[in-house]
Amino acid sequence: MRFRAKIVDVSCLSHFSRIVNTISRLAKTCTLRLADDKLYFILSDKVANGGVSMWCELQQGNFFDEFQMEGVSAEHNDIYLEFMPENLSRALKTAQNAKTVKIKLTKKHCPCLTLAVELPSLSASSRIVTHDIPVAVIPRKLWSDFREPSVPDFDVSVYLPALKTMKSVVERMKNLSNYVIIEANRNGEMNLKIETDLVSVTTHFKELGSPPWVFDDATQSSSQDRDPETMAEARVDIRKLQQFLAGQQVNPTKAICNIVSKRIVHFLLLHEDVSLQYFIPALA
Amino acid sequence: MPFSTQSETGDDQYILVANLDNVRNLSNILKAIHFKDHATCFATKNGIKMTVENAKCMQANAFIQAGIFQEYTIKEDSVVFRINLTVLLDCLTMFGTSALPASSTALRMCYMGYGHPVTLFLEEGGVVTVCKIHTQEPEETLDFDFCSTNVINKIILQSEGLREAFAELDMTSEVLQITMSPDKPYFRLSTFGDAGSAHLDYPKDSDLMEAFHCSQTQTNRYKLSLLKPSTKALALSCKVSIRTDNRGFLSLQYMIRNEDGQICFVEYYCCPDENIDETEL
Repeated sequence: MRFRAKIVDVSCLSHFSRIVNTISRLAKTCTLRLADDKLYFILSDKVANGGVSMWCELQQGNFFDEFQMEGVSAEHNDIYLEFMPENLSRALKTAQNAKTVKIKLTKKHCPCLTLAVELPSLSASSRIVTHDIPVAVIPRKLWSDFREPSVPDFDVSVYLPALKTMKSVVERMKNLSNYVIIEANRNGEMNLKIETDLVSVTTHFKELGSPPWVFDDATQSSSQDRDPETMAEARVDIRKLQQFLAGQQVNPTKAICNIVSKRIVHFLLLHEDVSLQYFIPALA
Repeated sequence: MPFSTQSETGDDQYILVANLDNVRNLSNILKAIHFKDHATCFATKNGIKMTVENAKCMQANAFIQAGIFQEYTIKEDSVVFRINLTVLLDCLTMFGTSALPASSTALRMCYMGYGHPVTLFLEEGGVVTVCKIHTQEPEETLDFDFCSTNVINKIILQSEGLREAFAELDMTSEVLQITMSPDKPYFRLSTFGDAGSAHLDYPKDSDLMEAFHCSQTQTNRYKLSLLKPSTKALALSCKVSIRTDNRGFLSLQYMIRNEDGQICFVEYYCCPDENIDETEL
């Protein structure tokens, strides 16, 4: 197992930092999967996380100048590591105006992701800051826990409204209630609703539009023959939704919300070659 | 006029309807009196008064005159209800609090009468939020009987003068002592904290002093914890009028200019803490 990579470009570095920041706000610990051409940040749904799961995928070629990896074996050419994204996010903070950042998988007192940050310096000698981030190598037999989640067979799919507006609304609603109902229909309308003893609040978003999903599978078409007016709804933990909206720094070009009635809400943020999926289970 | 279309239909049932193009003209002023969860709302044809009280010895009133609203209709002589101010403020700021001129939130506030919720329609950029806030039985509010004929001393200051003073007050002191006098020291704020006493004097002819009408020397103490919430209003205001009556009751009136240049008032009344011995002075 071997891994070493290098970032040189400043914009790649800040883009990568933003993604890691986003991940660190969404998950305390997560799994980093390194493959030949891609990096994955994975949070699989465990009851301890409130059933939330996340899948973030990036093309290594768009971030790294050098990227060498050798997986556990030739046929399973992957590395799975468990780590705390906050550590990586903090390490990258010191690298804001770095000349280069090298990331290596090392064996110190425990397995580590070692970041060597070369900072600009006025003298001839360079300044290098090294961060060791402890990781746990996930054995091959557990890899199946981290498979890519399939896009659920949703009832309704809509584009999300401006995330800034949605974030502000959800933040206020969080002060008032622990749960929020997300509902949407095929006409591109979405509502956020809370109801408590003191107050009921509904925010109506309109003309959001529906993403053009293409299914090769006939069973995936349940949303196609649905009445466009009928709302599909899911009641979720408002803190999970708020965390997701407050944490994302991806500035997505496309943001999509898929609802499986009373089961799950699936968010999909796309920014160029980065995709971030976030799943919040519905509560009874 | 985002709400003009829907206003045609259901308006007859409401006894109070108020429209505002910029919700911050209401939310900012209500924040200035938000030091307790509950407020009592009084509406008359002149406008809306929100009252918040603390410890039965201080009261804050925010006045939003009818003229501040773009539309204001009331069908009864007076409408009174009690409302959770924390919830109301969360609802009013649903679309955020940033003061970008490009994004102003419009508000339509409706009330059907006793036992009904207050309904707020908020709109920004085509997104509409509807809030129904439950109202409660109004409670009797304190009558401070603060009558201008009983006022002994009155000072009008530019708020910046008092802002600095309040920012530097020794919060370890339990009380703030206010001295107003036709003679020296004219206007003095004193605290008695762990690290000793502090006195702050304003000369009568200071630039900050807009008016000085003191007829008799008065020294009164007020609980600092009760006055502290008034700094929220002080921060927003441009002028403040400080008055005391013959019983030593304090009235602070803050003149607040909103984002559209209109003037609103927030008023605080506070009972004196105790009668101090003349010998202590």
